[in-house]
Amino acid sequence: MEKFTTHTGIGVPLRQSNVDTDQIIPAVYLKRITRTGFEDALFSAWRKDPAFILNQAPFNAGSVLVAGPDFGTGSSREHAVWALKDYGFKTVLSSRFADIFRGNSGKQGLLAAELAQDDIELIWKELENAPGTQVSVDLVSKTVICGSIVAPFEIDDYTRWRLLEGLDDIGLTLQHEEDITAFEATRPAFMPKTLPARLS
Amino acid sequence: MAVAKTLAEKVWDAHVVRKGEGEGANAQPDLLFIDLHLVHEVTSPQAFEGLRLAGRKLRRPDLTIATEDHNTPTLDIHKPIADLTSRTQIQTLRNNCAEFGVRLHSLGDAEQGIVHVVGPQLGLTQPGMTVVCGDSHTSTHGAFGALAMGIGTSEVEHVMATQTLSLKPFKTMAINVEGTLRPGVTAKDIILAVIAKIGTGGGQGYVLEYRGSAIRALSMEARMTICNMSIEAGARAGLVAPDQITYDYMNGRPHAPQGAEWDAAVEYWNTLRTDDDATFDVEVALDADTLEPFVTWGTNPGQGVSLSAKVPSPEDFGDENAKAAAERALQYMGLTAGTPMKDIRVDTVFLGSCTNSRMEDLRAAADIIRGRQKDPNIRMLVVPGSARVRLEAEAEGLDKVFKDFGAEWRFAGCSMCLGMNPDQLEVGERCASTSNRNFEGRQGKGGRTHLVSPVVAAATAIRGTLSSPSDLDPAPESAAIRTDAA
Repeated sequence: MEKFTTHTGIGVPLRQSNVDTDQIIPAVYLKRITRTGFEDALFSAWRKDPAFILNQAPFNAGSVLVAGPDFGTGSSREHAVWALKDYGFKTVLSSRFADIFRGNSGKQGLLAAELAQDDIELIWKELENAPGTQVSVDLVSKTVICGSIVAPFEIDDYTRWRLLEGLDDIGLTLQHEEDITAFEATRPAFMPKTLPARLS
Repeated sequence: MAVAKTLAEKVWDAHVVRKGEGEGANAQPDLLFIDLHLVHEVTSPQAFEGLRLAGRKLRRPDLTIATEDHNTPTLDIHKPIADLTSRTQIQTLRNNCAEFGVRLHSLGDAEQGIVHVVGPQLGLTQPGMTVVCGDSHTSTHGAFGALAMGIGTSEVEHVMATQTLSLKPFKTMAINVEGTLRPGVTAKDIILAVIAKIGTGGGQGYVLEYRGSAIRALSMEARMTICNMSIEAGARAGLVAPDQITYDYMNGRPHAPQGAEWDAAVEYWNTLRTDDDATFDVEVALDADTLEPFVTWGTNPGQGVSLSAKVPSPEDFGDENAKAAAERALQYMGLTAGTPMKDIRVDTVFLGSCTNSRMEDLRAAADIIRGRQKDPNIRMLVVPGSARVRLEAEAEGLDKVFKDFGAEWRFAGCSMCLGMNPDQLEVGERCASTSNRNFEGRQGKGGRTHLVSPVVAAATAIRGTLSSPSDLDPAPESAAIRTDAA
């Protein structure tokens, strides 16, 4: 996982609450076998509407999604995070995230930053008045800057640390590889192995 | 003196590689070693790709095994798979297993089958182990006294790379089932009654331990049926303490320990019991003596009643959410409140799935239908859980019993449990199914599912309406009903 310290990019105001993961990526795309290449799947039903925000320049080049409360509710599909990342989003700002979506984001290096709803409203107005405005998200100071707006955001210490260090769960666990190796040496000999294969 | 522990806590503690630091909300999870990782074609491709992108190896191919089950056809298995998406997903598994050195049992192989049937059948599932798979029904393996959990795709990749999983501690719930099951009442009825009692969210955050004289009397295959559906109650896992029935089932299986290792294993397995003075966070009791065959009427596994009961009314539910859910379910299921369950006519009977597709399940159903006629309007699919089960059933002549009855005898796989292959219900088609989920559209868009035991499935195929074996006229040749099965 890449380290996340700060990111600056075009902000996309998504004035909608309760954006569930079925909207972020419909089920039809879950049959795919890759973890990448879901950019076309992101909001695919909504993107059929020419008026949808991602069909308008400069928002189509956005990388900071500013969404309404309760973002990422519903199905646990990790594909929702993959689709946002593949499209080019680095961070999502919202006043409330669904737990599972927040967890999946942390595993995949997408920053889910929790802001006060009042600050989200101010940022929406700024982005709508001046499309293409850059939004800076600084994980070190836990601050968002958009035009003249400076707003703090929340993220739990453990996830923040992992994002700053660029540690996915696997990278984190492998820091303790010696412990794993030591544990393996203590396993009883009678525990089964799949290889070499023994057949009926 | 050692602290008294439940079985689940003993298994957990025996696998802690590293204790999580800190306390409370910001505490880190424990790192647990995983003894067996089961893999199938649907939830693994992105995990393998993740390893590849990060340049990582699969740490323990010798603790990993793969099979093809969710997408596989149950007809014409020697021809190329017609559905190109499914074919690609299966070919991807084959390529990945070859690249990463994972043992794979492919379609056509004698050990291919539903992942949760294959593990125990090969003797790879053993007491006291940690078992994971990218599939929620991994809880099945808890029947051996193993801590067995379904995991997501990121966790699949984590296990592949590290052979461990970061997990937060669980709470414990005892499900005490005392008494003796009556003829025609089975393990499936126990678990459907448990889920109806505690609800589909009742087990959230808990590991369930099934205990009591009724559980001790059950065969391993019946215990697997019960543990399989722990997830339908929202539980993280479900297990049963190992005993002589467990050891007898395992002894002689390909990957069971042998000789001195067997003795050492049994000595350890004998310690895998909940200590007498250990306490559970919650205890639930169910009376086996009075239990009747159970069946679902709605669209979640908790919406079940005794087969002799009537379709409930939304007004029967005090809670507004349950009331609204019942209204929606009745509408989807095309049922009217107050209708006797036994008056409900079905179109299809499905005997299969990781819940009920093992030898005992097939035998129990065959014992009911032998010498009897199928209702001519019913279509019945019999899908063995594995190619090995299919071969054993054929050696016993069960295939002939099913075919003579008019049922379709298929090849192994998940099949109509979730309809990822061509085995699906049509819109409005009603099915008595031995599977585990009656969700809207689960067995095919618009399909209507009633969850039942194998013997109820068999009786229903004879009468055409939801029926228990006790509703049948005596068979021409007396066929004993096995009470220990399924």
